[in-house]
Amino acid sequence: MTPAEFETVVEARGVHKHFGHNHVLKGVDLAVRKGEVVVIIGPSGGGKSTFLRTINYLDRPDSGEIRINGAAMGAPQPGSGRATLSDAGLSRQRRQVGMVFQQFNLFSHMTALENVMCGPVQVLRTARAEALADAKRLLARVGLANKEGSYPAQLSGGQQQRVAIARALAMHPAVMLFDEPTSALDPEMVAEVLQVMLDLSVQGMTMVVVTHEIQFARKAADRILFMEEGRIIEEGRPQDMVDSPRHERTKRFLHLVQDEK
Amino acid sequence: MWDWTAFLHYLHSTYLMTGALMSLGLSVGAMLIGLVFGVVAAMMRMSDRWWLRLPASGYVWLFRGTPVLVQLIIIYTGLPQLGIQLGVVASALIGLGVNEGAYLAEIIRSGISAVPKGQFEAARAIGMTWPKTMRVIVMPQAMRIIIPPLGNAFNGLMKTSSLASVISLEELLRRTELLVQVQFKVLEIFIVAALYYLVLTTLWGFIQQWLEAYASRSIAGEDSMRRTRLPPAVEAESVVLPS
Repeated sequence: MTPAEFETVVEARGVHKHFGHNHVLKGVDLAVRKGEVVVIIGPSGGGKSTFLRTINYLDRPDSGEIRINGAAMGAPQPGSGRATLSDAGLSRQRRQVGMVFQQFNLFSHMTALENVMCGPVQVLRTARAEALADAKRLLARVGLANKEGSYPAQLSGGQQQRVAIARALAMHPAVMLFDEPTSALDPEMVAEVLQVMLDLSVQGMTMVVVTHEIQFARKAADRILFMEEGRIIEEGRPQDMVDSPRHERTKRFLHLVQDEK
Repeated sequence: MWDWTAFLHYLHSTYLMTGALMSLGLSVGAMLIGLVFGVVAAMMRMSDRWWLRLPASGYVWLFRGTPVLVQLIIIYTGLPQLGIQLGVVASALIGLGVNEGAYLAEIIRSGISAVPKGQFEAARAIGMTWPKTMRVIVMPQAMRIIIPPLGNAFNGLMKTSSLASVISLEELLRRTELLVQVQFKVLEIFIVAALYYLVLTTLWGFIQQWLEAYASRSIAGEDSMRRTRLPPAVEAESVVLPS
């Protein structure tokens, strides 16, 4: 393996996914380098979220391959005699991939602090004191040091999403996936979440972001992908994609999204 | 003629009190057996493998579809014919427990189904295995929904346990009947027995209230237990409830 290949954190090759008769992903390829921020845009139902969910195998691809730091997701251990990887094995692979959901999905029976500590303590078996210190540091990093004892129901949407980001970061993942992280938020809370994400990108986190926030994409992305009907139609540098897209469908989509604002 | 002296005498009869304790012990034991059967059956019924779902559904169907009294008599009086000889206590525990499990399975299943799918996904996404997801994330939240009907089931079980008198287990009702046969104060003795049952279910009612409050402590609202856990400043700030 050459050093250049090793730097690739996420690699997707020929990913297909069906839901019943619905062919949602029609051969998606993507390589994300270490520290790179890739933003995926495109119309709803185009397969963006599904593709993101195949990266950590929340949705298992029907065919194709996902590699995280070179290791194929869901591949059985050599010599195990199994056709697929065990639940425990897949769970171990997922630790490397952080995910932030549109609906936050904070554990509703745990405080903000407990949410952030949960992964390290339960999954990584980190010592409690260490996990606690790390969780406090992460909550401070997303600007919520004063909300440690609050339950999700006591937090605003924007605050919940920032806790969710801290929860994913607590696992020290190799890559963070964001699935429309601001779509469920009231407009006045979008900025605070985007700011946290922008900070992360500046600090060198490898990120794959599905979003409709074109201005965020323009600012934070190294690369923008336009996805429609289960395929990546066009990709390029943010300025080129936003200001002078080549593809007719990309143009139309950007028009629509930006007119809304 | 109502005999107050006799009534007050039986009210603190150790013979009846021991019977009441037997009823309580039988109910607790049967509930624990029921919980084990209920949890396993609920998990099996939610599996995507038919060979796990089918036996669990059959179990629930069979035990909810026949009277528990008939089940008790079959276990204690019928099974010896097949060479399976169970003692009276074992028969009662197994009969009431396995029967209860069929009802609890449905309660537990509906509780787990009520936990939003996103909670499973978030747990899986941070690398929890399926058993850990269930234990750490799903069950604690399902408990909130499960505990009220579970408490009602236990309340019911304490009364249903009186059916064990039919297979001659000396719990409260059986002892009441035995006492009546020699002392003839029918009304007084049965009223005492009824009061004992009432004491048991009432005490349980208080425990259940406490359990429900405990399981819901993370829900924002007027829950008194939460108040003691959080400084007032936290509550004063804007609280947005999820829709």
